[in-house]
Amino acid sequence: MAGLAAAFGSGAMTNSIAELEDTKCIFIIGSNTSEAHPLIATRILRAKEKGAKLIVADPRKIQIASYADCHVQQRLGSDVALINGMMNIILKEGWEDKEFISERTEGIDALREMVEKFTPEKVEAISGVKEQDLRKIAELYAKSEVSSIVYAMGITQHISGVDNVKSLANLAMMCGNMGKEGGGVNPLRGQNNVQGACDMGALPNVFPGYQKVGDEKVTEKFEKDWNVKLSRKPGLTITDMFPAIEEGRLKALYVLAENPMLSDPDLKHVKKALSALDLLIVQDLFLTETAQLAQVYLPGVSFAEKDGTFVNTERRVQRIRKVIEPLGESRSDLKIIQELSAKMGYPMEYEDPSQVQEEIARLTPSYGGITYSRIENDGLQWPCPNEDHPGTVYLHKDKFTRGLGLFHAVDYVPPDELPDEEYPLALTTGRIFAHFHTGTMTRKSSALNKEVEKGFLEINPKDANKLGILGGEKVKAISRRGEISIEVLLTERMDEGVVFLPFHFAESAANVITNPAFDPVAKIPEYKVCAVRIEKIDEKKEG
Amino acid sequence: MNFSNVSTICPYCGCGCGMILQTIDQEIINTLPSKSNPINEGKLCIKGWNVHDFVVSSQRATQPLIRKDGDLKEVSWNEVLEYVAKELMRIKDQYGPDSIAFMSSAKCTNEENFLFQKLARAVVGTNNVDHCARL
Ligand code: SF4
Repeated sequence: MAGLAAAFGSGAMTNSIAELEDTKCIFIIGSNTSEAHPLIATRILRAKEKGAKLIVADPRKIQIASYADCHVQQRLGSDVALINGMMNIILKEGWEDKEFISERTEGIDALREMVEKFTPEKVEAISGVKEQDLRKIAELYAKSEVSSIVYAMGITQHISGVDNVKSLANLAMMCGNMGKEGGGVNPLRGQNNVQGACDMGALPNVFPGYQKVGDEKVTEKFEKDWNVKLSRKPGLTITDMFPAIEEGRLKALYVLAENPMLSDPDLKHVKKALSALDLLIVQDLFLTETAQLAQVYLPGVSFAEKDGTFVNTERRVQRIRKVIEPLGESRSDLKIIQELSAKMGYPMEYEDPSQVQEEIARLTPSYGGITYSRIENDGLQWPCPNEDHPGTVYLHKDKFTRGLGLFHAVDYVPPDELPDEEYPLALTTGRIFAHFHTGTMTRKSSALNKEVEKGFLEINPKDANKLGILGGEKVKAISRRGEISIEVLLTERMDEGVVFLPFHFAESAANVITNPAFDPVAKIPEYKVCAVRIEKIDEKKEG
Repeated sequence: MNFSNVSTICPYCGCGCGMILQTIDQEIINTLPSKSNPINEGKLCIKGWNVHDFVVSSQRATQPLIRKDGDLKEVSWNEVLEYVAKELMRIKDQYGPDSIAFMSSAKCTNEENFLFQKLARAVVGTNNVDHCARL
C-alpha cells in the first residue's frame, strides 16, 4: 500500500463497497473480481444494470470482462504505460478537473511532462492496446460524472507495483475523483484480514495505526504504556528475512498461521533457509509444508473457535464470535501468546479480546472510538477517533490525509524478465474462484476441492497447437529457477504467448518457477510475470 | 440437544461477509448468510457457503509438537511453552533481539496481530515483524 500512502498519506481502500453500486463508471484493473471477490463483483454488475460504464484492463479474458463497455488486454507488466497513455489523452482533450488539481493537489507539472511522452503510438508499442481503445477508456473514465478505480494483486505483484498504484492515484486525482462518493482508488484485499494485520502494526516499520517506528514521540508513548524500552530501528521485511537467515544474522523465526513454503516466490530457496534456522516455531491449524520443517508446532484454532475482530477491505472492523470450543488440545492464538509471554517474564493480563481492543483504542488514534459494544451489530469503518464518531465511509473528503494530494511522475519500466528465445512464453499467476491463497484452508474442504481438484496451466489453443499439446495433457513448465509438471487447459481466455498458473496447489506450486525479483519499495515479489518454456513430457521415459 | 445460531464473519476474503453458523451440540452443521450485514445483504459466494467444512476437517493437527531425534513428537502445553520461552530467551541472550523474527498472519484477528507484534517489540525487543500480505 506504499503507493497510496505516498500519494494520499493513507494506504487503504478510499471508498466503500456499497458505493460501487451507485457510481457512474468503474475501472477494473488487475483484479479478477468475479473469482477473487465475488460479492464485490455482484455490486459492480448491479451498477452496470443501473447504467454505469464498465472498463476492464486485464491481459486475460476474465469473466467480468464480458460485461465491460470496453476491455483492453494490455501486455503483462505494461500498466504504467497504459495509464500514462490515458492521462496523455485526457490532458490533450482538456478532460481533467482543473479546479480539483489546483486546489487539492501538487506536482502536476512534472506529471504533465512525463505523460506527454506517452503518445498513443508509444503506448500501443509497449502495451499492445490500440489507440481507439485507449481513447475510449480514457474518455469513459474521465467524462463520467464520478468514476471508481478497483484493483487487486494484478497491479501490486509486479516489480513496478508501487509505480502502478501511484499511476492509478494520478489518474483519479487528475479527474477529480477523490474524496467523493462513488469515486476513489480501491484496492481489494486478498486475505480476509490483511487490512487488520497492517493496521495492527504487523509491519517492520510501523506500530499499530501506521505510527512510525523511530518517531520519538510515538515510541515513548508505547514505551510508557507497555513499561519497556523499545527498539528504534525498523525491522526486516519478510523478503529480507530469508537472506538474513542465510547470512546467519537471523536464528529464530516464529510463524503465525502462514505457509511461506507455498506462498513465497522462490521455494527451493525458502526451504533451504527455513532448514538453516536454530529455531522454527509454527503456530497453525494444520501440519502445513512449513510446519513439517519446524522444531515446534503450536496448535491454534480456526475463526469459529475464537472471539475477536477482522477488518474488511473497506476498513470496517467487525466482530467474529466463538461458535464451538477449540478442537482437541488446540488453544486460541491469544491465549498461546499470553502464556508464552508470561513464561518469558512479561505477563500480559487480558481477560478476553475486548480488553485487547481497549488497549488498541488507547494507542491507535484511528481506532480510538472503536469498542466491542459499538460493533456488536454492524462494525465501524476507521478512522473513528472517538466514541462519538460515526466512522468514515470514504477518505480524503475535504483534504487528503497528507494535506495536498501528491502527483508522481512515473515512468514505464519493463518487467524484470521478458520472454526470449529460450523461454518464449510469459507466465502469470493468480487465484481461481474456489480456493483461497495457498489453499491451507480451502483445500481441506472436500466440497471446494471437488470444484477444482488439481493445478492446471491455461494456454491459448494456438500456442498449444504449435507445441503439439492436447488439452488435459501433462507438460513441463520450465523457468530459469525450476520446473513443474502440470496439466494444460486450452482456453481462449489467454492471449497467444501468455500462460496462466493458479497458485493454490502444493503439488505443482507456481512459486517453484516464478521470479523473486521484487519491487524495491513495497518488496512485493513479481509473481505476475516471468518467462517460461513448455515441454511435452516423453511418455516412455516418464512411464 | 443444544442448538445455537452464532453471527460471525467469513474468513475467506477481504469482503468480510456476515454469516450465521448453526451448531448442534458443538458441531457446526450449517452456514447461512447474514441478511442485515451491509456488505453481503443475504448472499454468500461458494467459498462462504462451505466454511463449516474446513473447521471440522479431519486434517486438523491439534496436539503441541516438539522435534525430538528428528521427528515431531506430541508433548504437553506446559512442556512446549517452557521450551519455546527458554529457547527464545537463549537465542536473544546469545545473538541479540534482532536475531529473532516474527511472521504474522492476515488470517488472524486484529487482537492476535496486536499481541503478536507486542510480543516481538515489547518482550523480545525487535521490530522484525511482518506478515504475508505482500505476497
Ligand atoms: S462469502 Fe465469499 S465474498 Fe464473502 S467474504 Fe466469504 S469468500 Fe469473500
